[in-house]
Amino acid sequence: MTSKNDLDRRSFLKASIIAGGAAVFGFSLPVGLRAAERLGVTLEPVADFQPNAFIKIAKDGRVTVVVGQAEMGQGVFTSLPQIVADELEVDWANVSYESAPANKAFINPAMGMQGTGGSSSVKGLFAPLRKSAATVREMLVAAAAQGWNVAPETCKAESGKVIHAASGRSAAYGDLLDAAAKVAPPANPKLKDPKDFKYIGKAVKRLDSPEKVNGKAIYGIDVKVPGMLTATILRSPVIGGKVKTVDDAAAKAVKGVTSVISLEYGVAVVAENFSAARKGRSALKVTWDEGAMASVSSESIYTAFASAADKDKGLVAKKTGDVADGKAKAAKTVEAIYWTPFVAHATMEPMTFTADVRKDGAEVWGGVQAQMLVQQTVAATAGVPVDKVKVNTTLLGGGFGRRFEMDYVIDATLLSKAVGKPVKVIWTREDDMQNDVYRPATYNKMSAGIDASGKPIFWHHRVVNDAIMARAGKAFGFILKDDQLDDSSFEGAHNLPYAFPNFQCDWVRKDTGVPVGFWRSVGSSHTAFSTECFLDEVAFAAGKDPVAFRLAMLDKHPRHAAVVKLAAEKAGWGKPAEAGIFRGIAVHESFGSYVAQVAEVSVAKDGKVRVHRVVCAVDCGQVVNPDTVAAQMEGGIVYGLTAALYGEITIKDGRVQQRNFTDQKVLRMNEMPKVEVYIVPSTENHGGVGEPGTPPIAPAVVNAIFAATGKRVRSLPIKTAELAAKA
Amino acid sequence: MNRSSALKLIFIAAAFAGASLAFYSSRIGRLERVEASTINETTIAAGSDPAKSRAAFSESVKVFFSARCSNCHPGGDGPTQGDTMTPHSMEIKRGPDGRGIGEQKCTTCHQDINLDGDGLPPGAPNWHMPGEANKMAFQGISAGQLCRNLKDPLKNGGRKSAKDAVHHIATDPLVLWAWTPGNGRTTPPMSHADFIKKMNEWVDNGAACPE
Amino acid sequence: MAKISVNRKQYEVDADPGTLMLWVLRDEIGLTGTKFGCGIAQCGSCTIHVDGEAKRSCVTPLSSVLGKEITTIEGLSNDLTHPLQKAWIDGDVAQCGYCQSGQIMAAATLLKNNKKPTDADIDQAMAGIICRCGTYNRIKDAIKQAAINGGK
Repeated sequence: MTSKNDLDRRSFLKASIIAGGAAVFGFSLPVGLRAAERLGVTLEPVADFQPNAFIKIAKDGRVTVVVGQAEMGQGVFTSLPQIVADELEVDWANVSYESAPANKAFINPAMGMQGTGGSSSVKGLFAPLRKSAATVREMLVAAAAQGWNVAPETCKAESGKVIHAASGRSAAYGDLLDAAAKVAPPANPKLKDPKDFKYIGKAVKRLDSPEKVNGKAIYGIDVKVPGMLTATILRSPVIGGKVKTVDDAAAKAVKGVTSVISLEYGVAVVAENFSAARKGRSALKVTWDEGAMASVSSESIYTAFASAADKDKGLVAKKTGDVADGKAKAAKTVEAIYWTPFVAHATMEPMTFTADVRKDGAEVWGGVQAQMLVQQTVAATAGVPVDKVKVNTTLLGGGFGRRFEMDYVIDATLLSKAVGKPVKVIWTREDDMQNDVYRPATYNKMSAGIDASGKPIFWHHRVVNDAIMARAGKAFGFILKDDQLDDSSFEGAHNLPYAFPNFQCDWVRKDTGVPVGFWRSVGSSHTAFSTECFLDEVAFAAGKDPVAFRLAMLDKHPRHAAVVKLAAEKAGWGKPAEAGIFRGIAVHESFGSYVAQVAEVSVAKDGKVRVHRVVCAVDCGQVVNPDTVAAQMEGGIVYGLTAALYGEITIKDGRVQQRNFTDQKVLRMNEMPKVEVYIVPSTENHGGVGEPGTPPIAPAVVNAIFAATGKRVRSLPIKTAELAAKA
Repeated sequence: MNRSSALKLIFIAAAFAGASLAFYSSRIGRLERVEASTINETTIAAGSDPAKSRAAFSESVKVFFSARCSNCHPGGDGPTQGDTMTPHSMEIKRGPDGRGIGEQKCTTCHQDINLDGDGLPPGAPNWHMPGEANKMAFQGISAGQLCRNLKDPLKNGGRKSAKDAVHHIATDPLVLWAWTPGNGRTTPPMSHADFIKKMNEWVDNGAACPE
Repeated sequence: MAKISVNRKQYEVDADPGTLMLWVLRDEIGLTGTKFGCGIAQCGSCTIHVDGEAKRSCVTPLSSVLGKEITTIEGLSNDLTHPLQKAWIDGDVAQCGYCQSGQIMAAATLLKNNKKPTDADIDQAMAGIICRCGTYNRIKDAIKQAAINGGK
């Protein structure tokens, strides 16, 4: 799929963590307590029976699934227990979940670390969880069979019981725990036949709904530790600026403020509560060494990117045939520049983290996407051994890639260490908006051609942007070399599925100094926009219908083609829409899932764009919970639509201009389109669902805008003024 | 002749020639209203200086039309916001009593004090806007129309005279907020004292209206 | 010491009169179901009821609620029996769940004033509460379901 020197960031993560020597990773599946012990895994004895890291069974038969993945809304507290419940043969009503500590037992094999990202939870844990549950089931069956003195093969497990039908005997799991603990875990337990699945593939209800509707759910911001202080940090208004002078007399005089701590990158006010901390913070007088970024602006970045696109050689991400040759033979050539800005994550819960650093270790609490990285970061920051850091993962008030970062973890750790007490750091919305790691701004120089018969003959895409791994890699001790590709910058562009005989995708890396990070669907979040919009331009140049044009080029990509067909059919493509409503389509594969979306859009006279309906077809392989898939598609669409309509972080004099939801608008209820999700039945391997819903929406909407107005939107966010009908 | 230019002509006639009430009212088709108010005000101020009055109003009308005052006196069903007077985000509607609807009351967010801090919703006692029955719009109308509305008890919130209307403008804390809006918001184009001086000048000279 | 009534319980709070209710609830009383999202009444995650009216607690000073009855998400019901809670669970509405306290408190005010809200009514009433997970359509469905089930 990618060239040899390509850096696949997921396998890279695996490799670098092993290299980092933080832990032993010669580890396959956490089956059996003894296996866990051998690996040095310490498990807290809170259940009556915990045969492995994932499963706890109490004497009353209640099963607790210990989830190492972070729950940020994507449903892992439901889908992962669902897998266990099915294979373990217990009733859904008797299943609950708990959040796991940072521990190598919970490494997600799809990531090579205990981490939640890349839409990989089910993908990585489906097999391990099934095997774990099947192991425990067989141990319970063996225990019962032994007690009855019958062959285990003559017994079956069902609804939390082992049943010996021939003799009419049955025993509840809860009564078999002591005996089962003495049974050696089978090395190769028999897995259920998928046709017998009771829960896998079914829309069982979310387990975490009750605590999310009565105020009991605990997020990072809700953590309360005895003796805890609360801090807020005044940060440099200029990216990368450093504290020069601090006058904290007035801040210290505020009732409830206990200390003011100068950090290199900011000044923290620590107080008895947030109100005092915030009051103290506004009383601070700080001057800043603004540093190199003070001369950077969005305009300077755009200019630099445009120049790089024309002049810099860059790296070839993928090449087939010869685009120069294709261009020479083209009867018609289309050229365009596509631009996507920096975009913030804006999770509903701003960054917040609590740390209690002691001399001999540390305990930390918060919503994080990479627990083991947190453990290592806290250890390094606090100067304590890694195995003396206990990480408590709370619920995440949204993740979207933002909580893969360590900045807020470091804040709390530094401050707790400094004051010798537990400290909770709360970022304000403004802090969060202005100190994010943004989706990289991307400049796309594109050209494509068709021959005299209207057949596509070449496609050349030059992607200019920052390398996420150049910054994020440092957390893993990794330095991205100049000749190394970072696929998070251009994924989705270099692996375009369409059959262009001459194809080239180049990546020109330009380090802007603006921190960039993993943003829901990462590279695909912008490459889907540039490629699917530009493809629409090519289809138009060829005089072809956008759906027919795509299908004709997707011969070798049946899963792409199938979702295009399904979305088109369900949307009524080719049939007239309601008056004033126009359709656009886009398709994109990311994280192993194929998603096509048809957007129905109207454009008012003043240029205001209204998305009325989105029809989404998804092929994500085998499905564990179809309702979760639908929910993630809905959520991904809203996330991508918000970015398409409003998402833009601008820089002036090194300062992020946006502060809050006033100047960085997000989609609200009154703008929400109807969304229909259709899932392609599939027995293929699991694809992700958290991210793949996001990429196609921007191009689908923009292509619909073209259908409505004849205007191509080549820059996001959509500028409604430019779409206004000329009077 | 369209309606608005007809109104203009008629009003000039009314102001300068002391044209009959019946003429004015029949042409605009709102007999009851006119009888209740408008012309009375003009006629009371005998011996006044209509030109001076009109000039005073033309000067002070800039305040009414400024964003601070106009945002809560829109022509439509919801307030506007900011110096650009864009429709208030979140689909805020005035509601029957000018206090919002259901979940989205004005006071769901706006307090009776101005909160200090960037982006915070402004506040003043009794934060509200005119109700549906009596919109008292400042936006989308002419100075003359606004002038006439100010004198009309059926439009000005039941204030019996121009003097009463000015009293409201001079003393209501919500009106006064416009001059201390805080947080870097622009204020109306003249001081409150100057504004009231002009408004009094308008009343004292017959509360005459520009066209 | 300010005396306030929250979820029909009396509390004495040692805080300045200008302290914002969001932080009184969270830091002084320990009710953390009411969330901080923006601090400027833009997102609605902090929505509570004061004498039955919706208020953004992040901008509501303590001084303005004295003598009034405050209801938070924790006070909506103590056993998940409120029609909105039931509809939310039944419709698998919540994703990350962070905004949902505010969504439900706003929806409760809507249903109090409007027994059979239309789509447009819901859009208007709920436009003040942001959800970044994109649960809007499920919220809308759940509100309608709760209305049918006698939401109050």
